Amino acid sequence: MSITLNINGQDHSIDVDPQMPLLWAIRETVGLTGTKFGCGIAQCGNCTVIVDGNAVRSCNTPVAAAAGKTIRTIEGVSENNDHPVQQAWQELSAPQCGYCQSGQIMSAVALLEKSPDPTDNEIDKAMAGNICRCGTYPRIRAAIHRAAELSKT
Amino acid sequence: MKHMNLTRRRFMKITTSAAGGLMVGIHFPSIARASGEGAAAEINAWLTIDPDNIVSIVTPQTEMGQGAFTAVPMMVAEELDIPWENVRHVYASANRHVNNDNLYTTTSTGGSTTVSRRHPYMMQAGASARERLRVAAANRWQVPVDKVTAKQGWLTTEHAEQGTIQGTYGEFAAEAAAVTLDEEPTIKAYGDWWLLGRDIPRLDVPLKTNGTATYPIDVVVPGMVHAAAMACPVPEGRLVSYDFDAVKDMPGVIAAVELEQVKEVPAFTDLRSGVAIVADSWYQAQNALAVMPIVWDYGRGASISTESQMAEAMQLISQPGALVLNEDGNVGRRLDRGVNHDAAHGIIEASANQVIGEVYYRPFETHATMMPPCAVADVKDDRVDVWTFTQDIARSLNEVADQLGRDTENVFLNQTYLGGGFGGGYNMDVHRQAAAISAAVGLPVKVIRSREEDVAQDSQRPPVWGTYKAALGEDGLPEALVTHFVGDEKFPAFSQRGVANMPYLVPSRRHEYSAVQNHIPIGYHRAPGANSTGFIVEQMVDELAQAGGWDPLDWRIKMTEGNEPWQRVLLAMKEKSGWTTDLGRGEGMGIGVVESHGTVAGCVATVAISRRGQIFIDKLDFYLNSGYVINPLGAREQAESSAIWELSHAMFGGLVIRDGRIVNTNFDSYQVMKMPDTPPEIEVHMEMSEDQWWGGLGEPTGPPTPPAVANAIYYATGKRIRSTPLAKAEL
Repeated sequence: MSITLNINGQDHSIDVDPQMPLLWAIRETVGLTGTKFGCGIAQCGNCTVIVDGNAVRSCNTPVAAAAGKTIRTIEGVSENNDHPVQQAWQELSAPQCGYCQSGQIMSAVALLEKSPDPTDNEIDKAMAGNICRCGTYPRIRAAIHRAAELSKT
Repeated sequence: MKHMNLTRRRFMKITTSAAGGLMVGIHFPSIARASGEGAAAEINAWLTIDPDNIVSIVTPQTEMGQGAFTAVPMMVAEELDIPWENVRHVYASANRHVNNDNLYTTTSTGGSTTVSRRHPYMMQAGASARERLRVAAANRWQVPVDKVTAKQGWLTTEHAEQGTIQGTYGEFAAEAAAVTLDEEPTIKAYGDWWLLGRDIPRLDVPLKTNGTATYPIDVVVPGMVHAAAMACPVPEGRLVSYDFDAVKDMPGVIAAVELEQVKEVPAFTDLRSGVAIVADSWYQAQNALAVMPIVWDYGRGASISTESQMAEAMQLISQPGALVLNEDGNVGRRLDRGVNHDAAHGIIEASANQVIGEVYYRPFETHATMMPPCAVADVKDDRVDVWTFTQDIARSLNEVADQLGRDTENVFLNQTYLGGGFGGGYNMDVHRQAAAISAAVGLPVKVIRSREEDVAQDSQRPPVWGTYKAALGEDGLPEALVTHFVGDEKFPAFSQRGVANMPYLVPSRRHEYSAVQNHIPIGYHRAPGANSTGFIVEQMVDELAQAGGWDPLDWRIKMTEGNEPWQRVLLAMKEKSGWTTDLGRGEGMGIGVVESHGTVAGCVATVAISRRGQIFIDKLDFYLNSGYVINPLGAREQAESSAIWELSHAMFGGLVIRDGRIVNTNFDSYQVMKMPDTPPEIEVHMEMSEDQWWGGLGEPTGPPTPPAVANAIYYATGKRIRSTPLAKAEL
């Protein structure tokens, strides 16, 4: 079945099983590998993308459910790796192994678009679905505050 | 205090090589890139300089977030004396290493050793290159070599007639590559550093904020197919049969491949008995595998469970165990320091002041690296390429060659970033799976483990049980102490490290050991031994201190008298942490101190317990003595990271085994720490014994953290929690 996905402003017509998780359509069919597989059951947040402004877990979203919607992945956050969230992540050395960070960044971008100056509680709530086994949470928390600051200037 | 981490043999090898012999990779014949105008010149196996003075530094270790790809170039650049912005990092070739007598000595990445043990090689490589550049310049300028300086990428001399002459390293690289030194230079000592010791941001960070860092799961080879594999859900069990006909018409399905186990009981890195489905996409392969009927012979493990191991351990721990001595391997360097193994039991039995401990317990824990194990293999007649989850590229290359019966010269193990490692990249067979499947179907293949398969097949950190009994003297300090720990049969050292060689000096001291039956594979797990034993020892210490009427911190200070690295940490804790055992009802401070990986790590935890018994960790305060620190920023990152790693297991973890198989195989049932659970405040204090030794920093803050938290809970509530997960304790 042919499905059209709008990813980072570009339409991709793909011929896949409509039940296939959006994650695998993005990674294997479209070829954008910045979005990661971690658990397959929407528990770790590695696969987070932004669909119509909301952070969603692409590993258990059927590709058909994303058709006609606006999908943003890590590749679409900025042209030059300089979105305020990316700048803050770099400045505070947030990533370690880095594998979960695409998902962390997408959750943070979605949070800041809704709540430009979030409290620690709001951050905890918005980021609770993103696991990092390197334990970079303290730096991510600080980086979200820093990104909020950078966005104001 | 002897804290040299080079073994005597290694040290000899380095010093003797200084007399013009071969120092790893330094005089290795350069690959013929040194010739020709505008070409980059390889000065030695560790570094290449291009005409624009850009230096590419080779890192033989893997980068899994711990900072090897920054630390290794820093150590080379320190000696080479090149501006940091001119430095690029590149992966080592595993093929070149393996086929040239282990050119870089080792590519293993674990035990917090990349800086602590590897620095002499890397610094020597930089120093040697710098000296050869000086010789090259001296030859061209016709001046004595001692008149040429090498600094910040420039070679300079004051010529009698021509005045100051300068050239970049890049201009002399090709000539330097051909120079043989009469004598190898000595590497710099602490105090002479210009780059080491500064906060240097990791070079891999920008790639990890825009999705461009490549992990094995991202590798795409033209014509590649995808595979999902399954080994027996009860480890050590075997495949009996499978019904491919039932799934062969499912969308995208190409083939089933049986994975053959050669040995009766496989080594941790051997291919395990199982079956794989190959399909056009991983989603299709996984769907077919999930519904394909498979018959297994579960083997002996089917009768082992969490309960059966617990019952066996409790039985064993009530009887005497086997004495653990210094010479029994990786344990006990302090056990033979004037202690009396044989007398300990008798002294305790005769004592009027006995302390009899209860049993402590840590369950199995898994790695659950964020990237589930994955490998890509492209097996051709004349060449094999593999990208895989590994913490030792050479070892994995050798294993692939072994799997396929190929000559290592034709096997290429290509490095990528790792999506976490934590020791999980050692005892792994996913590269063998990929190689076997690619060979069977004649196509490049990518194998991805589902999270469930990852946890089911992972080499886990084993359970540990521990108890003790002691006799206290008139001063309230122990005069005799017997510890008895029960571990698993596959890796006894994990229930001995950190306890057999604990630093507290008791006049009569004995450590005993027993093992439960275990079929679950075991592996390294970011301080697996020290994490389990630290939880027990550092609570035992608080119990002993309390029984003897001592403040727990003063007890530790007293019991490590003369041990400078420990004293430095303990006294700093006393001075700076605001230490008290009396914060008032519902709040508590606790301490834990554990030496591991050459570093003494102290933790002061402050907790608050809600009326409903929920634990809030308000603050973790660390005091670390690792000797030197080459990159304080990286050190702090690792201190935070390894503390949260182990706190995650202690608060929420614990694998459950039923009928021989692991029950909680995904993040819905195996809980890990998340952002809301993370302590709001983590402070790291570097209490360095400078000019003394090199300790590792990738792991040591893990072990003291859970006992510090458990001790804090005790002072807050009066309840001692002797097993994990702590979050499940009744408070």
